[in-house]
Amino acid sequence: MRAKLDSALPYSLLMPTLVFVTLLIVVPIFQAFLLAFQGADESFTLANFQKMANDTAFADALKFTFLLLIFIVPMQVVLALVMALLIHTRFKGHTFFLYIYAIPLAISDLAAGIAWLSIFTERGYLNSILNQLGILDKPFLFLSYQNLPAMFGTIVVAESWRATAIVMTILLAGLQVIPRDYFEAADVFGATTLKRTLFVVLPLLRPSLQNALIIRTIFAFQTFAVVFALAGRVLPVLAGESYNWYVANRNPGVAAAYAVLVLVFTVAATWFYFRALKTSAAEAGYD
Amino acid sequence: MQTSLSRRYIFNRILLYGGAVLLALWTLAPLYLVALAAFSARQATFQWPKPLLPTDFSTDTMEFFANTHGVMGSVGNSVIVALLTIAASLLLGAPGGYALARFRFRGKEAISMGLLISKMFPTAILAIPLAVVFIQMDLYDTIWGVALVHTAMALPFVIIVTSGIFVGVPRDLEEAAQTLGCNRLQAFLRVVMPLALPGLAAAAIFTFVISWNEVFAATILTLRNRTLPAQVLSSLNDSPLYYRYAGGFFMIVPALIFIFLIRKYLLNLWGSISR
Repeated sequence: MRAKLDSALPYSLLMPTLVFVTLLIVVPIFQAFLLAFQGADESFTLANFQKMANDTAFADALKFTFLLLIFIVPMQVVLALVMALLIHTRFKGHTFFLYIYAIPLAISDLAAGIAWLSIFTERGYLNSILNQLGILDKPFLFLSYQNLPAMFGTIVVAESWRATAIVMTILLAGLQVIPRDYFEAADVFGATTLKRTLFVVLPLLRPSLQNALIIRTIFAFQTFAVVFALAGRVLPVLAGESYNWYVANRNPGVAAAYAVLVLVFTVAATWFYFRALKTSAAEAGYD
Repeated sequence: MQTSLSRRYIFNRILLYGGAVLLALWTLAPLYLVALAAFSARQATFQWPKPLLPTDFSTDTMEFFANTHGVMGSVGNSVIVALLTIAASLLLGAPGGYALARFRFRGKEAISMGLLISKMFPTAILAIPLAVVFIQMDLYDTIWGVALVHTAMALPFVIIVTSGIFVGVPRDLEEAAQTLGCNRLQAFLRVVMPLALPGLAAAAIFTFVISWNEVFAATILTLRNRTLPAQVLSSLNDSPLYYRYAGGFFMIVPALIFIFLIRKYLLNLWGSISR
């Protein structure tokens, strides 16, 4: 009797969650596909995808989403790695610095975009500083459609600033799992800090680095509010176009088509990473 | 020899602290500057070059923002949605976390894996079909609808985090309580809960941050009953700069406080759930 009760208990404890997740995550995903692939008469159609692809902003949205990913993800990983390695030396006062580095964890992409807007706007703080240093006479237009590379750069900076903290916590959690013996052994054999980092710490940190890469790549496809805050619609991205087609054009079909595209990229990126990392892990003899 | 060693030591320290301070400045500068902009007078937005010190402190911009139609209502909505999300996701999720922490059962791996995958789905693919359904169900443009979606987004995190918390509560204590005459529920409420409470509080705050910051679904699912981020985002392109600075600052402050409250749990929360 007791054993039977026990075997049913975990399922009944999990049941509410499973029902909720099914209704609000699994079902909507199916509905998104229906919205994207169904015409008014409920027959299969590619019209929404054709409309999406023929839109003038589509090619740019695709291009900028991928370009942002290519610039932002490595920048986050490098910055976060420096922060995590610094904190991990446990210098006096490291908990204070950890708290400061972690602050952007709690800041939304929208708020981050607005904070950097106060810096990059025409009469913003960066132009003010450059002027006071005697470098600029009149403001440089970072956020103008005539200066697309500069605008792109501001988004890279803002989004890197925000999400570096997330990567740092992943890497720091990974660093803490590495036994101290390894570091001490490296020291005993006379390794410098740099050598120890390159040849001992980084290889051992690899699982965490992989996780961070996968997670940040997946979320990079959803980049949206940072871009809106800094560039408006001048620099379109996929998630932003989905938003626009729903809110401004009142067309859930094309909005859903964009959402499906983002999902496809997300799944493809995950699959790609797992494949690439699996083979390289096998080559390295980890498998 | 001795001097060269200590010189190298001093050099390393300078490098270490110099780097640490530089990275701290990089993190703090945008926060300081947006606060500075939010606490300058409205006309100061167009001043050039701008002073970098708070020489013209003024609450003019913040007052203007707070008095703008819809803003205070949206702050109230944000708080209610976040509280509903905390209540729902802990009530639904904590039992699930406990099940994953304490039991071995068929399908456990599949369920954990499913939860991990479910937090990877893009918000857009949930929000857009749900907006269509919510219109039919009269949930569109209500705080209930937004809270439902935020709960769905927070649940996988809450289960994974709470399961980690319950693993940390020694099983022996629970069994001891049961041998001393408690039934399972009593043992849970009297022994496990008090020990898990600080962790659960941290999980609640973490959930608050998720909901308070979420903007895509909140904007898609509402029209007049906005949350604060939805209110700021939807008026982004036709609002003056100072309005945006004030809005940005307003969204940042609670997040800062909460991060400070759960600073001890930072690595556990964000480190463990991002695996």
